[in-house]
Amino acid sequence: MTFASSPGTATLLVELGAILIALAVLGRLAGRIGVPSIPLYLLVGLAVGEGGFIELVTARDFIEVGAQIGVILLLLLLGLEYTGGELTSALRNHAPSGAVDLVLNFTPGLVLGVLLGWDIRAALLLGGITYISSSGIIARVLDDLGNTGNRETPVVLAILVTEDLVMALYLPLMAGLLIGGGVLDIAAEVTIALIAVCLALGAATYLGGRFSKLAFNLSEENLLLSILGVALFVAGIAEHLQASAAVGAFLVGIALSGPAEAGARQVLGPLRDLFAAMFFVFFGLQINPADLPDALALAAGLAVVTAVTKLATGWWSAKAAGIHWPGRLRAGTTLIARGEFSIVIAGIAVAAGIESGLGPLAAAYVLILAVVGPLLARAADPVAHAISRRTARRAE
Amino acid sequence: MTEINETRLPGVGLRHDFEAISGDKVGVVTHHSGRRYLLIYDDVDPDSVAETAKLTLAEARILGDLLGGATVIERFDDLRQHVHGLALDWLPIGPESRYAGRQLGDTALRTRTGVSIVAIIRGETAIAAPGPDQGLLADDIAVVVGTAEGIDAAAKLLAPGDA
Repeated sequence: MTFASSPGTATLLVELGAILIALAVLGRLAGRIGVPSIPLYLLVGLAVGEGGFIELVTARDFIEVGAQIGVILLLLLLGLEYTGGELTSALRNHAPSGAVDLVLNFTPGLVLGVLLGWDIRAALLLGGITYISSSGIIARVLDDLGNTGNRETPVVLAILVTEDLVMALYLPLMAGLLIGGGVLDIAAEVTIALIAVCLALGAATYLGGRFSKLAFNLSEENLLLSILGVALFVAGIAEHLQASAAVGAFLVGIALSGPAEAGARQVLGPLRDLFAAMFFVFFGLQINPADLPDALALAAGLAVVTAVTKLATGWWSAKAAGIHWPGRLRAGTTLIARGEFSIVIAGIAVAAGIESGLGPLAAAYVLILAVVGPLLARAADPVAHAISRRTARRAE
Repeated sequence: MTEINETRLPGVGLRHDFEAISGDKVGVVTHHSGRRYLLIYDDVDPDSVAETAKLTLAEARILGDLLGGATVIERFDDLRQHVHGLALDWLPIGPESRYAGRQLGDTALRTRTGVSIVAIIRGETAIAAPGPDQGLLADDIAVVVGTAEGIDAAAKLLAPGDA
């Protein structure tokens, strides 16, 4: 079924409204059954995209622009979550956990990509997809399960912080690789991109205070315009310099601190929710649901392997921090969820058009782990109780 | 004195916890947003929280008052007696006060009574060391320092219906 093809604003409004209503209804459902909303947003995108139930006529372009803003806002608010000091202290104190996380979780995706005979850049992107946990889903899970105050939680959060730092280097690296050209061109692009990131990180850590004072304004309206404006502007410049818009926004987020940070989080939070939803819908839009069944078996296998590797990462890191085994189990299971940032990375691949199989695989993979991850985290404590009861009985 | 552990929770806030003499372990998570979680740790699994009470900032203040506010007030009374000739008080700016909606400088409080306004409490926030151009609103509370007589005079000045 297609809506009337009169390309008017009326159709655009109807289509957008219908999509937002669908997202809202599904979001409520998700909340009731304890499932994150990201996979449902992807499903909506699949349903209204190419080969879906309903094809959008006019709203697609708007959603595409919205999706780009969505990525920028996702990364901007991710940067706002952490101050420069938190980033460097996490790196200093939890580098071993971060390294274990990277090795254990990047490798499965990379290896699968190579085994499938993909372009090495596509394989590297798949590595990124399996590596990065969903800090959005995990924050929600920690809060829902009442685990925020647990002693293993700082370990989990430190791993998320190091992952985000790795992203700041990984995204420009991939952006450089995707431009292509000769080996020297790529090397130059990558070097420039990395130097830019390091300079920005340094500036964010040492000059962040001054920038924040400049950006801060008591009027919420003005604060919103200032920070969103700066983030979009920097993201655009970064994109021009081939350093990826997302990284630019991320650095702006890190650079902000103090009252500007708190205010920005408050005013930009709802905006992020809206545009990030559009981003997930847009990603789903680009994928033909007919390609999903083929990708499903592969995605399921990859999900099982990388669920185990994340569990091992959390277990090892919690053990190193002196946490007892039930806490290690909670840390491991909590980290399993993949979500928004896996989709961000997959979105880069789809936009570059390098490997047609990557999009459906990533979509199926995130659909599985975004749902299963929180369920496993929920099961950790009951399982731990059951095991300790059984061992206690055996000891009698 | 009880030893309190402080742990940073990147992206969330701060966690403070300590073990009571009874062996019970309790803690507080302070979110960046100001929300507070009151934690009671599990006996069997010391890494996990058995009970969490999610409190707004205002509720946390109330709980703080119930638990320990009395000691703060006792100490404050001590302080009042020990510093001879100096008094500290909270003076409400009622909606009928002629200074509600005007600037702090307009009160000329220091010139007229010798009393200084060291802070203004507005709802949940405190404005420390306010300048003369600081606006005063109805229902603000002025924290003042001065002599006991000066404060009596200041209270009359800020009170409703002063001419």
